[in-house]
Amino acid sequence: MLFEGLDLQLCAGEMLQVAGPNGSGKTSLLRLLCGLMQPTSGEILLQGVALTRQRDELARRMLWIGHAAGIKGLLTAEENLAWLCALHRPASLEDIRAALAAVGLRGFEDVPCHTLSAGQQRRVALARLHLDPPPLWILDEPFTALDKQGVAELERHLADHCEAGGLVVLTTHHSLAHLPAGYRELDLGQRRA
Amino acid sequence: MNWTWFHKWGSPKWFYEMSGRWLPWLGVAAILLLAVGLAWGLAFAPPEKYQLDSYRIIYIHVPAAFLAQSCYLLMAIAGVVSLVWKMKLADVALQQAAPIGAWLCFVSLVSGAIWGKPTWGTYWIWDARLTSMLILLFLYFGVIALGNAISNRDSAAKACAVLALVGAVNIPIIKYSVEFWNTLHQPATFTVTGKASMSADMWLPLLISVLGFYCFFATVLLMRMRLEVLRRESRASWVKAEVARLSGGNR
Amino acid sequence: MSNVFTLLLVREARLLFRRPAELANPLVFFAVVIALFPLAVGPESQQLRNLSPGLLWVAALLAVLLSLDGLFRSDFEDGSLEQWVVSPHPLSLLVLAKVVAHWLFSGLALVLLSPLLALMLGLPAHCVPVLLVSLLLGTPVLSLLGAVGAALTVGLKRGGLLLALLILPLYIPVLILGTGALQASLQGLPAAGQLLWMASLTALAVTLAPFAIAAGLKISIGE
Repeated sequence: MLFEGLDLQLCAGEMLQVAGPNGSGKTSLLRLLCGLMQPTSGEILLQGVALTRQRDELARRMLWIGHAAGIKGLLTAEENLAWLCALHRPASLEDIRAALAAVGLRGFEDVPCHTLSAGQQRRVALARLHLDPPPLWILDEPFTALDKQGVAELERHLADHCEAGGLVVLTTHHSLAHLPAGYRELDLGQRRA
Repeated sequence: MNWTWFHKWGSPKWFYEMSGRWLPWLGVAAILLLAVGLAWGLAFAPPEKYQLDSYRIIYIHVPAAFLAQSCYLLMAIAGVVSLVWKMKLADVALQQAAPIGAWLCFVSLVSGAIWGKPTWGTYWIWDARLTSMLILLFLYFGVIALGNAISNRDSAAKACAVLALVGAVNIPIIKYSVEFWNTLHQPATFTVTGKASMSADMWLPLLISVLGFYCFFATVLLMRMRLEVLRRESRASWVKAEVARLSGGNR
Repeated sequence: MSNVFTLLLVREARLLFRRPAELANPLVFFAVVIALFPLAVGPESQQLRNLSPGLLWVAALLAVLLSLDGLFRSDFEDGSLEQWVVSPHPLSLLVLAKVVAHWLFSGLALVLLSPLLALMLGLPAHCVPVLLVSLLLGTPVLSLLGAVGAALTVGLKRGGLLLALLILPLYIPVLILGTGALQASLQGLPAAGQLLWMASLTALAVTLAPFAIAAGLKISIGE
């Protein structure tokens, strides 16, 4: 049992930062929201209907980037993105190149990802946020391994998405400098105490 | 259709109370039936024409073999209930039944081997039935090993349910293929003597001891399940009260 | 939907061919195990010939099983499987593509290597077609059943031995039918019966196993 008595409603335009000490269940909460885990008790609703009943609907509206982001070291940045896009929403090669350029990876399209640095690999995963993304983003520690400039760019991109009517749920230990209007924080550590 | 009984089964507390009420009856029935069946079978039933007294081991062997197979069926059903209706109690039943099934399978194999020595002149032959039972034992080992290997209790139970189902789909295929293999490799030299030829004072004790084994199985399974329910629900207040009551009674 | 199936095949092909050593390992294992038997039971050709159906099948079965241990591991560790689960496509279809790809590049190579090893064991040439057909039908079943075990054990640190324990009993029908077909053809009898049974097992495995694999992966991911 990680947490109980959690009641939360999220609307378009909001950004929820899930905070709390290690082991407080931040990642588990995110995985529950994505449908990767099932709650022991209680339920999760998407637009008033139980999540388990509308997996397809959730899949179409949600983008999940976990701590391990599904990037294959043996594939190039371009191949990785092409596959992830094919799996979720198809995108053209130009779009993929543009997205890689947007996260500062121009010139690295054809490089196998295992030769990239951890920060660059994270950027490859985050390039999906520039590829016609769905409205709901669920991101587990998206700032890990990014440099200062990368963090600032990502913060701005997330805020822009919320201001344009998107919804972001993320975990991070880092305090965000660029907050959108609909910013909220949920501290799982305090709730427990 | 009224499904409330079904949902009640999902409640560990309800199960614990009900099983507590049945358990003494089942236990007494098991002891009585086993005592009557085994005493009658082992001491008073007439000796068999050809095998003389060595046939008497069937009063242990046959019920154990029956139960070993029924137990896997029970696990498969529990697996379906657990995966389809997500009922926790089915998980508990599945995982707690596996070791009992494995022991019964082992008992039936050992008793079969002991019987085989005077009858066939060897402890082990690659007979279709023996081989199928051996494979069943391996299937039980698989479920037990998987349940032990996964540390998360819910995941372990679900994984065992999937494995038990895959195994259950495979059992008929395995059984037929083993029979096919057996006829391919050796003609059926040995067949268990026909049951129909048994006289009533031979099969009646057999029937009683089979029923006794079923009651015994149910008793052990319920006891194991009750213990597991207490362990799983250890945070619930009714469990704390129950544990306090039980430990208080012992002092 | 079928588009994703092909794209996944292409992705898997790329991944496998960028690390060709992993493709070769099961084949080398297969050959080494076969080479062990004459050393163990003696070089007498008549005996080897009679044992060859069993030797070939047991070795093939172990080679497939060993190659499956890591089937989902890297996808599990790098988060790819999570992406599959949250995608709009049915997981059972995706895992079927994964297993098909694995079979195409490792199972099929094993099938193609088998006549060479069979002839080295003294299996007569007229039995080779039956060997090829039985392995062609049987190895997909081995891959699919093994993938169920691989899916259930993917989250465990040391799943290899456990995988063998879970899956080997389920391999028995394939082993019996495969060796039965070869024995029959070795004795000059028709093997069509066993091969047809094997084909029905293949059909059954292709239809049912993907659901069990998908269920196993969801359990492993949800842990």
